[in-house]
Amino acid sequence: MSAVRKDYIRPVDFKHGRVDMTHGGGGRAMAQLIEELFAQAFANEWLAQGNDNALFAPPAGRMVIATDSHVVSPLFFPGGDIGCLSVHGTINDVAMAGARPLYLAASFILEEGFPLGDLRRIVESMAAASRDAGVPVITGDTKVVEQGKGDGVFITTTGVGVVPPGLHISGDRAQPGDAILVSGTIGDHGVAIMSLRENLSFETTIESDTAALHGLIAAMVAAVPAIRCLRDPTRGGLGTTLNEFARQSGAGMLIRESAIPVRPQVNAACEFLGLDPLYVANEGKLIAICPREDAEHLLAVMRAHPLGTDAAIIGEVIEDPHRFVQMDTAFGGRRIVDWLTGEQLPRIC
Amino acid sequence: MCLAIPARVVELLPDSLGTIELSGVRKRISLELVDGIAVGDYVIVHVGYALQKLVPHEAERTLALFAQASGAEAE
Amino acid sequence: MKYIDEFRDGDLARGIAARIGAEARTDRSYHLMEFCGGHTHAISRYGIKDLLPPNVQMIHGPGCPVCVLPIGRIDNAIELATEHAAIVCTYADTIRVPASGGLSLMKAKARGADIRMIYSAADALKIAQDNPQREVVFFAIGFETTTPPTAIVIRQAQALGLTNFSVFCNHVLTPAAITHILESPEVRELGTVPLDGFIGPAHVSTVIGSQPYEYFVEEYQRPVVIAGFEPLDVMQAILMLVRQLNDGRAEVENEFTRAVTREGNQKAKSLVAEVFELRPSFEWRGLGEVPYSALRIKEAYASFDAERRFGIVYRPVADNKACECGAILRGVKKPTDCKVFGTVCTPENPIGSCMVSSEGACAAHYTYGRFKDVAIKAAEAVVE
Repeated sequence: MSAVRKDYIRPVDFKHGRVDMTHGGGGRAMAQLIEELFAQAFANEWLAQGNDNALFAPPAGRMVIATDSHVVSPLFFPGGDIGCLSVHGTINDVAMAGARPLYLAASFILEEGFPLGDLRRIVESMAAASRDAGVPVITGDTKVVEQGKGDGVFITTTGVGVVPPGLHISGDRAQPGDAILVSGTIGDHGVAIMSLRENLSFETTIESDTAALHGLIAAMVAAVPAIRCLRDPTRGGLGTTLNEFARQSGAGMLIRESAIPVRPQVNAACEFLGLDPLYVANEGKLIAICPREDAEHLLAVMRAHPLGTDAAIIGEVIEDPHRFVQMDTAFGGRRIVDWLTGEQLPRIC
Repeated sequence: MCLAIPARVVELLPDSLGTIELSGVRKRISLELVDGIAVGDYVIVHVGYALQKLVPHEAERTLALFAQASGAEAE
Repeated sequence: MKYIDEFRDGDLARGIAARIGAEARTDRSYHLMEFCGGHTHAISRYGIKDLLPPNVQMIHGPGCPVCVLPIGRIDNAIELATEHAAIVCTYADTIRVPASGGLSLMKAKARGADIRMIYSAADALKIAQDNPQREVVFFAIGFETTTPPTAIVIRQAQALGLTNFSVFCNHVLTPAAITHILESPEVRELGTVPLDGFIGPAHVSTVIGSQPYEYFVEEYQRPVVIAGFEPLDVMQAILMLVRQLNDGRAEVENEFTRAVTREGNQKAKSLVAEVFELRPSFEWRGLGEVPYSALRIKEAYASFDAERRFGIVYRPVADNKACECGAILRGVKKPTDCKVFGTVCTPENPIGSCMVSSEGACAAHYTYGRFKDVAIKAAEAVVE
């Protein structure tokens, strides 16, 4: 019989193992999971210390904090998964203030029975996204809930960043005359997700556009510090975000349908289901509002960046006490792009 | 009512099923309600069923009528 | 997208609009009803009203199967899930319709009822096959376009020998509804609602053909033009109706020749006739009891009829007194004539059927057109 090493500890079984209540219990099993999975994947000096917190020196300048919970289903989809989505989403929220994202915190709520192999896939995806973005995950938390009380895994990420001086970016700063820009094609993420729903099942090569936009934003604010508003049109899509800006700023908007970039496949999928691409979610796009005189320059800067190659000027902010978002249709008439009513659902009629 | 779209049949399958395509998006639907469908035909699809075959020369004729109505204005 | 994009061309639209403007006589007005909710939706979504001269008015008809579904029938559907523990499969359109007791299918689902959204009747059949120990009910709604798929799955269920699948049938018929409108006192006797012509439904007509409309033009002397689903189709149909009215003609014309023939889809019609029969009367929300306007499942397929299987009792529920949907569905009033439009009654909190479905007259106007009700400084598009 071969000798067993004295200090042998059986490693976490990622192949066949599943989350159980001990992984959230605070004891050895949890510590082992944290060490073998999270600390190893994220691999940075903070997590290596093994504290419940992370120390950092405050940067000079105004700080920004943002948080986001991720409950997407399915967990894995063309172009990404809940892991990288959670990293990109919070980096983007921080960056939308014009900030340089610095650090992330991540908390996990795991459902009892969730396969550890899937968890590792998700965490490794988060780690890769974090590395590529240059924004480390420096602290976190793990809890486990009983089977049936979670959807596999819920992830909440919180991010902090610092805003360069001279920037004042906020949803209430749009003024009549300002130009409205979008960084690329809309509806990709929502359609990619929907294609996986069992009863909708259509085949498409559309992938989620999930991406960290802080690099694009850094180039944008460097070129045009006078940018007024930035936001990523996630749930509720472009239509909802424009309405949010309109309401916050007390102004109206007029956009042109023919200027809005949409992939043919996204259009087709929306036709099948009776959906409007204007309301379909995006995870790697942003809407920018800037003074009219800076619009062409900003557009050029966006198009020069890999995440903004399809950027376009889609309209302008106008005076309107009713705060309607109006659209000139490709057809020639005019309609409003209203707030979404509930969740957009496919229709037969 | 009745959201239906014209799509091209790209594959015929057993049990009166088929695959249609619209701008690169493919979907499996039932061809039970229409006879004599060949790959390349266009069908009108509603709730996962083809309801009718689209007649291409009629589509052309309709577009020509539009052009006529529209261009008849000597502007 | 072939056969779609070409039918949405803006330049052609402007040309046809100019033609309509030129040919519409200035000494009269034209009141045209688009029966089909899909056309209502297209008119609103593409802003077609903007392209028409002021004396050509569009009236929105009741061709929205969700809008005309009585509250009591939705109560029955919820009951199937809550009281009979059935898996109720429904198209997404009905999920948010408010029913009695502050419930909707969606709210009932939130409370634990097993209600599942499907895209196709075939999905309901599959759910029945996958859950042999549960009762599965398909909540079938829709006009003649949506009925043939239901007929198919009932026959398939029979062929498969399924014992846990049934259909709660709420299929309704287009010609009966058109007759009802034309027979309404406001139109027939009082003449208070001028209704000069109809845009006939697109996809219903692919199934039933153009022949059933010949009765209307004969009996009521009003032209019908069957129009395709795209905005150019609708505009062309409007032009054709204006021409008929100018000429004093009352004929059935077919603009949607690429998909509609006089006979329609014979195979689909036969399948429907084999499985369904006419109900002597059926309540339409907003229109009251309409004779021979709906279908029920024949005796031969009784075991697949959820109403018989579960002993469903229909209890009519009156609409809110302030609701003007009845008048709006008949084309007698406009959404803005309703006291509660846009205030108490919104898409988030719909009081009546016209606001419930995205193609109901009130929902369409609220979502796409209400900005025209208020005076806004028109914006010049500066950005090119």
